[in-house]
Amino acid sequence: MVQTLKKSWTTFKTIFTGMGVTMRHLLQPSVTLRYPEERDELPSGARSKLFVHIDDCIGCKLCERACPVNCIAIETVQATKDVDLGKTSTGNPKRFWITTFNIDMSKCMYCDMCVPPCPTECISMVPEYEYSEYDRNNLLFQFSELSADKVTEVKEKAEKEQEEKQRKKKEAARKKKAQKADQTSKAKQKNSEG
Amino acid sequence: MALLIFATLPLLLIVGYALFAIWLERKVSAHIQDRLGPMRVGGWHGWAQTIADMLKLIQKEDIIPTNASRFLFKSAPFVLFAASYAAFSVIPFSSAYIGSSINIGVFYLLAVTSLLTLSVIMGAWASNNKWSLLGGMRTAAQMVSYEVPTIMSVLSVLVVAGSLNLMTISEMQTGNDILGFLPNWLIFQNPFLIVAFIIFFISIVAESHRVPFDLPESESELVAGFQTEYSGMRWGIFMLAEYADMLLLSLLGAVLFFGGWASPFGSYLSGPVWGFIWFMLKGLLFVFVMMWMRWTLPRYRVDQLMEICWTILIPVSFINFVLIALWEMTF
Repeated sequence: MVQTLKKSWTTFKTIFTGMGVTMRHLLQPSVTLRYPEERDELPSGARSKLFVHIDDCIGCKLCERACPVNCIAIETVQATKDVDLGKTSTGNPKRFWITTFNIDMSKCMYCDMCVPPCPTECISMVPEYEYSEYDRNNLLFQFSELSADKVTEVKEKAEKEQEEKQRKKKEAARKKKAQKADQTSKAKQKNSEG
Repeated sequence: MALLIFATLPLLLIVGYALFAIWLERKVSAHIQDRLGPMRVGGWHGWAQTIADMLKLIQKEDIIPTNASRFLFKSAPFVLFAASYAAFSVIPFSSAYIGSSINIGVFYLLAVTSLLTLSVIMGAWASNNKWSLLGGMRTAAQMVSYEVPTIMSVLSVLVVAGSLNLMTISEMQTGNDILGFLPNWLIFQNPFLIVAFIIFFISIVAESHRVPFDLPESESELVAGFQTEYSGMRWGIFMLAEYADMLLLSLLGAVLFFGGWASPFGSYLSGPVWGFIWFMLKGLLFVFVMMWMRWTLPRYRVDQLMEICWTILIPVSFINFVLIALWEMTF
């Protein structure tokens, strides 16, 4: 009898304890974030999407080399002497046309290793995470702003300049050879005379 | 015609209340778990969610299992709802409205609500499903057991009130005379009625099979018990009847212990309309407490359920009944 009464008393007490707990939670504001309407602020340094300020890129390809999964593809063409591409916002002179700068976000593993090597701080993670796509190809982000025509023009120009250089070099080399040959023949003559 | 309108009023009330209560249940459960619950349908805190759900249920296919007993299977939800709806006829909603002011109101109510057990067993057996049948058997055992303490606690109220007519019981509880300020509600008239109320409340929770006594349904072990094979609007009617039953027993508790439509402030705010509002507020308070309990307490085991009923509630209610009778004789 005493046992039963004790048990009943504990039951009652614990029921009220539990109901107190639930009442407290009922009155608390809920923790739900109504996602499309509200968003959590991302922590600083969150890695969610890569972005390139193409105006600041000097085409050094350090990020491409740093990438462990090869998701960055850069192609550059050296600028000819008659054009001045200007300087980046950090003051580095730009010497290359960036003909392609593609980042494949479907390959990216968000390691952030491409960001520190950049000398002009033009590649960075931006807090943007709602870019899912139905087609994998749409995840290939192209940052180069040159048109196809411009690219071919620039390439041809660069090739021409290169050829010119090559020719000049060859010529210079031939001249040198000729000089050398001249000298050696003269020396031989001297030897035979002596 | 007027009679028909008079008779349909509680139906509208029950349907409106059920839509509200299901929404409230979802909101209460959500906020207790620090969630938000339905928020989208209808604008303000998803108030139209249950209306949308009901429209969906109406469109659903009405599936009847091949080996089910078709007639019983089809009629079980309607018997269940008819039983709880019929019981509303003796509830005095306000000083101006009562379906039928018969002088055996309480007896009629208890008798009609016993039909609930029958319809649950009907649905359970007709489903031809072992989980349903187990659920139905549990319901039968539970409801038969818990009717004893319910009736004993109701009987103790009747000893104090001296009438079986719920309207008369409500009328005698108007006014504020006890200790100068307390309303004349029966629970304040006799100290042992507090014990009777506790027993009554535990028993009605068990009778409307809510947690912690929701063994007939127990979705986690019996896959919803007798409701397993039901779908679409038939299931919806089961749901409706369950909530109607909850309200019915809560309102009965309000009449028997908390003055029915009597205002807590004596003659202040006590017209027929105010009476209805007070009455519904009292009923909904109990409904809310039942919801609150549901999201707090775990479920009892079958043997614990029976032990509580037969070894604690029934003896205590009998002793309490004798004590109340003695108190009434001496004072």
